Amino acid sequence: MNGMFSHLIENYQACVAVVLFAIGMCMLLFDKNLLKKVIGLDIMDSGTFLLLADRGYITGRSVPIISDGVTDMAHYINPLPAGLVLTGIVVSVSVSALMLGLTIRIYNKYHTLNMDALYLIMSNRRKGGRI
Amino acid sequence: MPNEKNLLRRWLNGQVDWSAMLEQQQTEPPKAAAPYEPHWDAADARRAVRRGQWAYTTLAVASCLLLALFLLLTVANLPPYGSDSAPTVNEVAQRYVEKGTEETGAVNTVAGLILDYRAFDTLGESFVLFTAMCAVTMLMNAPGRRRVRKLDQDIVDYYQDPIIRTVCKMVIPIILLFGIYILLNGHLSPGGGFSGGAIMASALIIYALVWGGERAAKAIPAKTVRIIVLCALGFYACSKTYSFFTGSNHLPSIISTGTPGRILSAGLILPLNVSVGFVVCCTMYSFYMYFRRGDV
Repeated sequence: MNGMFSHLIENYQACVAVVLFAIGMCMLLFDKNLLKKVIGLDIMDSGTFLLLADRGYITGRSVPIISDGVTDMAHYINPLPAGLVLTGIVVSVSVSALMLGLTIRIYNKYHTLNMDALYLIMSNRRKGGRI
Repeated sequence: MPNEKNLLRRWLNGQVDWSAMLEQQQTEPPKAAAPYEPHWDAADARRAVRRGQWAYTTLAVASCLLLALFLLLTVANLPPYGSDSAPTVNEVAQRYVEKGTEETGAVNTVAGLILDYRAFDTLGESFVLFTAMCAVTMLMNAPGRRRVRKLDQDIVDYYQDPIIRTVCKMVIPIILLFGIYILLNGHLSPGGGFSGGAIMASALIIYALVWGGERAAKAIPAKTVRIIVLCALGFYACSKTYSFFTGSNHLPSIISTGTPGRILSAGLILPLNVSVGFVVCCTMYSFYMYFRRGDV
């Protein structure tokens, strides 16, 4: 148990990433507002990016931009997570844009973004009532 | 009102005056859409929602806690931060760093990684952006009973404010220039197509914000945006297909890597950065315009 805590303190960046992920998850589950759910998903994304960027770092080495003709791996950090984070950011932006578009459609149709009101409207309609 | 069969018989007998019927139809006033009225009251809503609320809250809290616990357990078993003996620092990363400049000509290893070794991955990313743009276009223009309202009236007309107008006139060219610099220096320094494109898009978004959606739509027509995106994606796909074809068949390629460190070097990476930058810039700008006024 003691070793686990010291490990967690050593990896505090990854812990922050986990906390960000959990905050986003809580927003997704507990918030009634559709717009805030989109924001929660974005916070989850940023937690993932933080974890990836943190995993790429190696203490005492510089950014992977070849300078002075030195091409030894011992001088540079891992370039791979940077590329993965780039992919993730682009996909996250696309997903957020798509969800925001859907949110605008929902608002224009039902004039509310509250999940409970939407749920009620849907169930009324299923029973055959008007909106 | 005569039914269809009756109408046909009367028409065959020559008793129907079509012009009179048409006029009659035209004079009928068009049915106005019924105004929206919510047919639910607050007490009803509360009762319906509360039914499933308790179980939902319990399950959600439990799943959140479980997820956080499992993730923290995973973190506790990760190799320590910044260690050079982590399993991610393997021969793949070593190959990218040690041979990257020699094989791709890019000083920035990450640019060489995403636009040369893994170029099809980046092409897929650009297509994800393009697909999102198409999806938002379809969502905003989908036929339905209630189309998306065109939000043409600006609530605040920033253009009337002399301070904002003057500052934006000074700042927008600088932001655009900086974006182009980031775009063109992608293989030499941190940056590249995605970040440069986002910076350029921010300049265009400031223009649309201050000068108003109408003027921005006139200055940058939707057709131009679409043509730029399609040309950039097509150029990317064609040039990368060529280089993969020649590379896998051991054919001599006409694209040389040049001297690493020069601005005109690194073979295809510079034009690919530019095309990715254009795709990102146009996509971000059109997202903004769609959410602002429902059209580019």
